Amino acid sequence: MSLSGKVIATLSLAIVLCTACSDSAWNNPYPDSDANSNIYYDTFSERPKHLDPVSSYSANEYVFLGQVYEPPLQYHFLKRPYELVPLTAEQVPVASYYDAEGNLLADDAEPDVIHRAVYRISIKPGIRYQPHPAFAKSADGNYLYHDLNPRKLEDIHALSDFNSAGSRELTAQDYAYQIKRMAHPKVHSPIAGLMEKYILGLDELAKTLSEVDADKQFINLNDYDLSGVNVIDEYTFEITLKEKYPQFRYWLSMSFFAPMPWEADYFYSQSGMEDKNITLDWYPVGTGPFMLSENNPNRRMVLERNPNFRGELYPAEGEAGDKQAGLLEDAGKPMPFIDKAIYSLEKESIPAWNKFLQGYYDTSGIVSDSFDQAVTFNTQGDAELTEEMQSKDIRLLTAVQTSTFYMGFNMADDVIGGDSERARLLRRAIAIAVDYEEYISIFANGRGQPSQGPIPPGIFGYIEGEPGINPYVYDWNNGKAVRKDIRIAKTLMEQAGYPNGRNKDTGQPLVLNLDSPAAGPGSKASFDWLRKQYAKLGINLVIRATDYNRFQEKMRKGTAQIFQWGWNADYPDPENFFFLLYGPNSKIEHNGENAANYQNEEFDRLFNQMKSMDNGPERQEVINQMVEVVRRDSPWLWGFHPVGFSLHHDWYKNAKPNLMANNKLKYKRIDPELRSTKQQHWNKPILWPIVIAFVLLALLLAPAYFSYRRKETRSVL
Amino acid sequence: MISYIVRRIMYAVPILIGVNVITFMLFFVVNTPDDMARMHLGMKRVTPEAIEKWKEERGYDKPVVWNAEANAVEKITDTIFFENSVKLFVFDFGQSDDGRDISHDISQRMWPSLAIALPGLIVGLLVYITVGLTLSFFRATYIDVSGVILCVIMMSISSMFYIIGGQVLIGKFLQLAPISGYDTGLNAVKFLVLPVLVGLIGGIGSTSRWYRTIFLEEINKDYVRTARAKGLSEVRVLYQHVFRNALIPILTGVVVLLPMLFMGSLVTESFFAIPGLGSYTIDAINAQDFAIVRSMVFLGSVLYIIGLILTDISYTFVDPRVRLD
Repeated sequence: MSLSGKVIATLSLAIVLCTACSDSAWNNPYPDSDANSNIYYDTFSERPKHLDPVSSYSANEYVFLGQVYEPPLQYHFLKRPYELVPLTAEQVPVASYYDAEGNLLADDAEPDVIHRAVYRISIKPGIRYQPHPAFAKSADGNYLYHDLNPRKLEDIHALSDFNSAGSRELTAQDYAYQIKRMAHPKVHSPIAGLMEKYILGLDELAKTLSEVDADKQFINLNDYDLSGVNVIDEYTFEITLKEKYPQFRYWLSMSFFAPMPWEADYFYSQSGMEDKNITLDWYPVGTGPFMLSENNPNRRMVLERNPNFRGELYPAEGEAGDKQAGLLEDAGKPMPFIDKAIYSLEKESIPAWNKFLQGYYDTSGIVSDSFDQAVTFNTQGDAELTEEMQSKDIRLLTAVQTSTFYMGFNMADDVIGGDSERARLLRRAIAIAVDYEEYISIFANGRGQPSQGPIPPGIFGYIEGEPGINPYVYDWNNGKAVRKDIRIAKTLMEQAGYPNGRNKDTGQPLVLNLDSPAAGPGSKASFDWLRKQYAKLGINLVIRATDYNRFQEKMRKGTAQIFQWGWNADYPDPENFFFLLYGPNSKIEHNGENAANYQNEEFDRLFNQMKSMDNGPERQEVINQMVEVVRRDSPWLWGFHPVGFSLHHDWYKNAKPNLMANNKLKYKRIDPELRSTKQQHWNKPILWPIVIAFVLLALLLAPAYFSYRRKETRSVL
Repeated sequence: MISYIVRRIMYAVPILIGVNVITFMLFFVVNTPDDMARMHLGMKRVTPEAIEKWKEERGYDKPVVWNAEANAVEKITDTIFFENSVKLFVFDFGQSDDGRDISHDISQRMWPSLAIALPGLIVGLLVYITVGLTLSFFRATYIDVSGVILCVIMMSISSMFYIIGGQVLIGKFLQLAPISGYDTGLNAVKFLVLPVLVGLIGGIGSTSRWYRTIFLEEINKDYVRTARAKGLSEVRVLYQHVFRNALIPILTGVVVLLPMLFMGSLVTESFFAIPGLGSYTIDAINAQDFAIVRSMVFLGSVLYIIGLILTDISYTFVDPRVRLD
C-alpha cells in the first residue's frame, strides 16, 4: 500500500473508531453532559431590546422577563376565557369607588360620579428575590457592593464576577418603587403617558423628577411621594386612579407593574457600571421561578431555576377537555418543573426548523417554507400533521390569535374617507370584493380566520355563528358565513357613483392608492392579488411600497389613502381593540393608535360608556351597538385574525396555547430521557456517502496519476 | 519604507473622513432621528414627548450638520455629525443607541468571526492552490477541461445555495455536524466544521480557476522551460519554481483580506448563528442603530486600508525587486 493509501486507511479507521466510541450524535449542538438534564431548549431570533420591566413592551422580551419578574396578577394557565388570578397578590383586587367628597360608592356607581378608584393589593408574605449582588451584605450588615467606582470595577466584566450575592423578602414598597419608575425621566416607560392619565399624581411626579439634576446618577424614588400609590404596611399597598378604569387590573398582570427593589436600582446606577454594560436593562432581578443566568443575546439566553422561589402549585382545574388532554396530571405539584431553559439564537428559520426535527429544540413554530412538510388539511378543512411528523410523535397546537390584521381607509381622505353615504357605500363594496378567505388560503397557508369586526375570538364581546357575522359583507348559508356575491358590491359601486369603477360624472376611472411597508420582492404576489381584488369593481389600485419609516410618516401626516396594519392585544378586553377606532386617538390630530382617523360621535360615546363597564349582558349590548356602527361605516376592511400553529415533541408536557400569559415556562415539563433516546435514534451519523465520494474522486484521478507515472518513468530512447 | 507607511497613513485620513460623510448621509437619508427613536422605544403607545426625550439624551435633537443658532466654531461642532464623527478617529466608538459600550461588544464579537475566517483562509489557501496546481499540472487533459467546467459551474452558484445545501446535506441528512450554533473554547470546533467547509467549497470555483490562470501564465515563461531542460520533474518545476513566482498575485489577494477577517461575514454568520461582527452589523442596520453602523463602517475602512498597506509591504518580501520609496 502506498503512503497516501495508508493515511486514508488510518483516517477512515480513526473515524469509525470515534463513531463507535461515542454515543453522542455528531450533530448534537449541546454538551454530552447535558444529555439527560432537565433542560428546556428553544430559540429566539431577535435580541431583546429591553429587559427592564418598566421599559419592555415586546413579546420577544416577555419570553425572558415573564419568567423573572412577578407582577401582582397573572392569567390562569388553563381556563378560558382568560381569567386573572393572583400571582404575588393574595387575591385579585376589586376597585373601591369614591365620589368627590370622598364617600364610598357602590360597585355599580355611574362612572360620572366616580372621582377616585382605589385598588388595595395585599401581597403574599415570604416571597424572596433571586440571589443578587445588589442585596449582598457584609457580616456587619453593610451592603457589599453599594460603594463601587470604576477602580473597584476593574476586574468586573459581568454580573457573575461579583463573588457574593444576597436576597431579601419582597415588600409592598418594591411595587410602589416600580410604579414611580414609570415617571423616571431616563427610563422611557412606553406606558408612562397612558398611566399618567389614570394614576393619581404620576404626571406631577414626572414633572418633579424631570427637574432633578440630569447628571445625578441615582434618584432614590423612595424620597419622592406619589399621591396615587400608598404603602399601607409591609405587604399592602393601594393604587388610586383618577377615574373608573376596569382594564387597569389587566395592566397589573404585566411586567410594568413588577416589583423593583431600590437596592437593584442603586446598584446598577453606580459609577462605572454602565461603562461595563452592567445595567438593569441587561441583568434583571426578580422573584420569579427563574433567573437569567446568562444573557448573551448574540448566542444564547439561559434561564435557571431561582433557588429562592417559593414553589407555586400547578393549577388543579382547567376548562373542559383539559383533563383528557393530560393537562391536569401535574395538578397540585410545585412548579417549576424544569431546571434550566436554554434559548439559542437562530436568525434563520431553516436551521431552526431542521434542528427541531432532529430533536434539538422542544418546540417550533411553522414558517411558510416548512408548512407543507408539517401540515395537511383534511377533507373537512381541519389541519392535520403529515405522516413524517406523526412518525416522530410530534404534536400540533392551533389557536386563533388575539390579534387582527386589517386594511384601513384613511377617513380624512376626500375620496375613500369621510362620513358621506357615497364613501360609505364605496368602502362597503370594497369590503365585499376583497376576498380574505382567498388571501388566507394563498398567503397564510390557511392559518387565519376572516374577521367579522374588530374583536377577535376569545375576547369578551366576540359573537360566534350567525348572530356574529358582518351582515354588510357576509350571508349565513348552510351553517357558515359566505361572502356576498360580487354583483352586490358592483351595485353598491353604482349607488356610490362609480358604475364599473368610473366616476359617473366625469367618466374617469377610480384610482385608489395603497401604501405598504412591504417593499421586498416577496410582496409582489400579494400586491398583484390586491390589485386583482380591486379590479373586480373596476378600481385601479396603485400600490405605493415604501420602507417602514416612510410608511409611519405618511400615517402620521395622514397622506396615505389605504393601508394595511395590525394589532396584537395587550389584554383580553374589547376596549383594547375599540380604542383603535376611538376619535380622540386619531393619528393625525393626536398621534394616537387610530390610524384610520375614524371619528364617529355615537361610537365615541358608546366607547366611553363601554370601557368603564364590567363584563356582562349590558356591556355586550353596548359592544353590539359599537360593532354595528363600525360595520356600517366600514373604516376598515376587517381582514383576518391569524391562527397560530405550533409544534412540540412528545417529551414536552403541559402544552396549551395561552396568548395572554407571559410566565408560561414554569408550567412546562420535559421528559429528558425520552428526548435523549429519540435524539440518538434520529441522529446517527451517515458516513457511507463520504466514503463513496472519496472512492469516486480516487477513481477519477487514478488514470491521470498512472498517465503521469508512465510519462515520468518513460525512457527517452 | 517607514516614510512610505507614514505617507499612506496620512492619505488614509481624508479617505476615512469621506467614508464617514457618505455613511452619515446615507444613514440619515433613510432614517431620521425620529425614526430611530421610534425603533428603539417600540411601536406601541410611543408619545411625541418620549421621542423628544430619547433624542435629547443621545444628542440627536441637534442640527444634523450645521447649527445656525450656535456661536462661531460651534456652528460645526455642536451638530450630530461632528459629535458622532470626531471620536471615531481616536477609536472611541462610544455607546450604542441602547446604551451598550460598542468597543466592548466589538472586542467580544471579533473572535467568533475570526474563528471561522482564519481556518477558512488557511485551509482554503491550501485547497485552492492544490486544485489550481493540479489543473495546471494536467493542463489540456480531460481533468483540466472537466475541472474548469466544474469551477465555472461552482462559481455560478449563489453562496446561499452552498450554505443551505451544506446545512441540509451535512447537518440534516448525513448528520455529521451541528446545523448551526456556536460555543466557546474548544467546544467551538464542532460548530466551525460546517461553515468552514461550506465557505471552502463555495470558494473553490472562482479562486481555484483564478489560481490556475496565474499558474498557467507562469508555466509558459522561459525560466520554466529552462528548469524542464535541466531535467527537473514536472512536480518540482511546479512546486519549486512556478508556485514561488506565482505568489505575488496570490499574496495581493490574501494579505488585503487578513485584517478584514475580523469583520466577519454577514450571511454566513446569520445562517450559522455565529455571534460575530458580521451579524453585529446586520443587527445594527435592522435596529437602525447609527452608533454601531458608523463604528463598523469606520472600522471596516480602517482595516481595509491596513490590508492595502500590508499588501504593499508583503511585495517587498516576495519580490526583492520591489522597493517602497
